[in-house]
Amino acid sequence: MDDAHVHDHDHGSELTDTQLRVRALETVLTEKGYIDPAALDLLIDTYETKIGPRNGARVVAKAWTDPGYRRWLMEDGSAAVESLGFAGRQGKHLIAVENTPQTHNLVVCTLCSCYPWPVLGLPPVWYKAAPYRSRAVIDPRGVLRDFGVELPPETAIRVWDSTAELRYMVVPMRPAGTEHLDEAQLAALVTRDSMIGTGLALAPQGAP
Amino acid sequence: MNGAHDMGGMHGFGPVEPEADEPVFHADWERRAFALTVAMGATGEWNIDMGRFARENRPPADYLSKSYYELWAAGTEQLLGERGLVSADEIAAGRALHPARPVKRVLAAADVARVLAHGAPTDRPATAPARFRAGDAVRARHINPPTHTRLPRYVRGHLGVIDAVRGCQVFPDSNVFGREDPRWLYTVRFDGRELWGADGDPTSTVSVDLWEPYLEPSR
Repeated sequence: MDDAHVHDHDHGSELTDTQLRVRALETVLTEKGYIDPAALDLLIDTYETKIGPRNGARVVAKAWTDPGYRRWLMEDGSAAVESLGFAGRQGKHLIAVENTPQTHNLVVCTLCSCYPWPVLGLPPVWYKAAPYRSRAVIDPRGVLRDFGVELPPETAIRVWDSTAELRYMVVPMRPAGTEHLDEAQLAALVTRDSMIGTGLALAPQGAP
Repeated sequence: MNGAHDMGGMHGFGPVEPEADEPVFHADWERRAFALTVAMGATGEWNIDMGRFARENRPPADYLSKSYYELWAAGTEQLLGERGLVSADEIAAGRALHPARPVKRVLAAADVARVLAHGAPTDRPATAPARFRAGDAVRARHINPPTHTRLPRYVRGHLGVIDAVRGCQVFPDSNVFGREDPRWLYTVRFDGRELWGADGDPTSTVSVDLWEPYLEPSR
């Protein structure tokens, strides 16, 4: 009972050094007038609830169903994505790369964590961590196996290391047996990982 | 700099471990560290390359022992200290002890949506013609600047082909010192075996975005 009670509360004494430093930082910055805490709340809410991989999934589903849009996306990714209302920070120079039966694309940022925020939101922990950043360029097939993806040996793999302010998104291959699906149903098959290149689009329900 | 952040091609970090249904943040302090770093970036007191350098310019053991948002918080603290905006005694005390000096801008809640939508474009008008064209064979220079660079170690000295000319873009190596000095940017494709030797995957290539000063013609 006592133990349960203790663990139910956020005791100051249990805060880690990092928690304390970040809290101190925010307090000092607020007292000095350098930040507006309400702006911080809004930034957090934006990336927790508004900007995420559902944006990118809409882009992909539209590219799968609308050849004109697909062409535009491949030629001018930023403009095509902005036309759906997805634009801005970490995505002003967006480049879409398309998977085909011959070529699979994989996106990484070996130096830090560059990622197309407007279409995918903030990157997952593994994307920013050493195992992925170190191995994606030297052993892309091994990395794909970590995700349960085994490509045919003859499929070429193009790795894109985002070292500048260009941001890459992968357009995965449209799964077979989806001819009857509409754009919203197709978007549900487009996973975050399929737009990084560490996954494939999902097979439709009922597919073998 | 040849720091721990430049990890392309390193061994020993183990398998990639994806987390099912991963939340955007794993703790409340991560939310605050993320947001206060973005908000302080919007003050204009430093640019993105200064921000990156503050995170990567630390002993490798320190860099590798910190989680992602721990690095963000540490980098922001460093930048604030260097600019005299927040000092170590204030972090220790958890409150402001010294007078604030005005910053260029403060990100107000009302401006968040507009600022995020506008982003921070880095393309600039060209001041000189591009030296290379798509299809040109190039070699990544073998250089080891101790300061900020976006030329990864694993491509230095290697042969590649210009895949695309990406326009004139702010040059990180000088932007970190406050000079944009825009240079032509190229996507350069390297073969797996050129980068990793005979044991490299012959079916893989790596495309890296490199500025003109990182490249020399290959003849």
